[in-house]
Amino acid sequence: MSTPVLKARNLVKKFGRVTAIDHADFDLMPGEILAVVGDNGAGKSTMISALSGAVQPSAGQVWLEGKPVQFASPLEARDAGIETVYQGLALSPALSISDNLFLGRERRKGGIWGRLSRDLDRKAMDAEARKQLTALGLTTVQNISQRVETLSGGQRQGIAVARACAFSSKVVILDEPTAALGVKESRRVLDLILAVRARGLPIVLISHNMPHVFEIADRIHIHRLGRRLCVLPTSETTMPDVVAMMTGAMAPPVVHKIPEGEPVQ
Amino acid sequence: MTDEKLAVLRRGPADYEVAAAGASSDTAQFAETDGGWLRRIQTFLNEYPTTVPLLVLLLGVVLFSWISGRTFLHPYNLSLILQQVTIIGTVGMAQTLIILTAGIDLSVGVVMILTTVVAGRAAVSFGLPAEFIFAIGLSVGLGCGLLNGLLVAVFRLPPFIVTLGTFAMIGAMVLYVSGSQTISGRELAETTPSLLLTGTSFRIGGAQLTVGSILLLVLAAVLWFVLARTAFGRHVHAVGDAPDAARLSGINVRNTLLAVYVVAGAICAFAGWLMIGRVGAVSPTSGALANLDSITAVVIGGTSLFGGRGSVLGTLIGALIVGVFRNGLALSGADILWQEFAVGLLVILAVLLDQWIRKVSQ
Repeated sequence: MSTPVLKARNLVKKFGRVTAIDHADFDLMPGEILAVVGDNGAGKSTMISALSGAVQPSAGQVWLEGKPVQFASPLEARDAGIETVYQGLALSPALSISDNLFLGRERRKGGIWGRLSRDLDRKAMDAEARKQLTALGLTTVQNISQRVETLSGGQRQGIAVARACAFSSKVVILDEPTAALGVKESRRVLDLILAVRARGLPIVLISHNMPHVFEIADRIHIHRLGRRLCVLPTSETTMPDVVAMMTGAMAPPVVHKIPEGEPVQ
Repeated sequence: MTDEKLAVLRRGPADYEVAAAGASSDTAQFAETDGGWLRRIQTFLNEYPTTVPLLVLLLGVVLFSWISGRTFLHPYNLSLILQQVTIIGTVGMAQTLIILTAGIDLSVGVVMILTTVVAGRAAVSFGLPAEFIFAIGLSVGLGCGLLNGLLVAVFRLPPFIVTLGTFAMIGAMVLYVSGSQTISGRELAETTPSLLLTGTSFRIGGAQLTVGSILLLVLAAVLWFVLARTAFGRHVHAVGDAPDAARLSGINVRNTLLAVYVVAGAICAFAGWLMIGRVGAVSPTSGALANLDSITAVVIGGTSLFGGRGSVLGTLIGALIVGVFRNGLALSGADILWQEFAVGLLVILAVLLDQWIRKVSQ
């Protein structure tokens, strides 16, 4: 088996007296959609934040493609190729689609003019934005310069996902991408996630929505009490069982072997 | 693994899964909702918010040229309006930057006045060379901006309270430095005539323009470029609109805010230079209402008090609208109280409109 794209061992994070991550492990394999599920307060978000640089773990180690990494900020994780779509805070509503796609990594015009005036290369950015949206099938958004707030919830989520894909080289992390969406829009976003996987990018999907998880995830990482309880292939488990394990009503059924041969438990 | 556990694992789908088996799996389309003409106007204004102030300005011009005819439309009168709004327009540029970050600055007026009294005192009492005086004036503006910026960006205090405090403190410094004395234009002309340069006027056709009013237009053009066409400008909008999204996009929110307050301080110092030229003297009392008037110009110009949307061109137009209504009402012989009334009404209408425009999301 190949090495995990993103791997963590023994992550610990305490906030005051609360231990949000308690010696948690994590493995994301190439090309897969890994769903991370867990009860509220299980520490999923904190663990994901630790992987994406938004939170610095107090102990433990993270590896990206086998190399040990340490992210001091989301920016560093992003530069390393990990893009995260944070729940509800992904975009700046008053800015245009194109501005949002390139927020924080704008492209400047070349030459002396670009260096002196710091003039942005809007044409290139708009063209690239259009290309990215088209590649993911978001063709219903025609006007790249319209403000994000004029879009529907699903379209916005689509823009956020498109931004992550456009710049991610290694991992895309999606935090509750369908939480605020209706049935139809959720469908559209799920299709979008599958389209991202089809490009070969591995995806971490944090979700409370079991039907969505079971529909698109390859494996399910169940998080409980600040640590990984188990990882199960989606095809080998059922929704009631996952919910039961999440809440502690049922013990994890199997000990799965992970690549290095360490037991996952 | 026990057989029991395997059996649990391989158990068939749960009841609710069976029920959902027949569900439609059609891919949803993003429906283009067409809410009629009102909706289309809303969307248009959302995209081009400066349209309304521009229309109001044109409306004001048409209205007052209809009432007062030639007197109002005479180039001299129109250029006079431009001169009258120079100070408010310039301070309004600083205020626009702050309001774009969802802040507000009550101290812009007194910062401007402090730079004038410090520069005037340096010129008249100490006889320093002009370069020093300009450097000192600019430093005063930068220093005040830095103070506001540190308190807002680093100590994370609400901008309203911070600038309410610095407004009082800087106001007291104005009285301390000036001794409540006015420095006359004659004294300034003898020591540092370049302080009065912005008041120099020249005629083009029937219009009488001042260096100061031209400089305002240049400043507006430069700021427009920076805000609309550079990464820094985009970051200023993003920080005001959605600070969390900005931070997660890798923008240094603290430094962006700090830079905005410092630049605003520098613009206030620049406004001080324009004011010495406009008044022809250094007075601790002129421009005392500039803080509130600048907010008026920004709001009428279509910049949202909630941050993230607006433009310096809007503020320039907003300042001109105030100028046109005041001048037009004065020419038509209305009592001065109606000028205040009209400006107040325009502010309320502008905020109402902004509220509606921001509700464009579906």
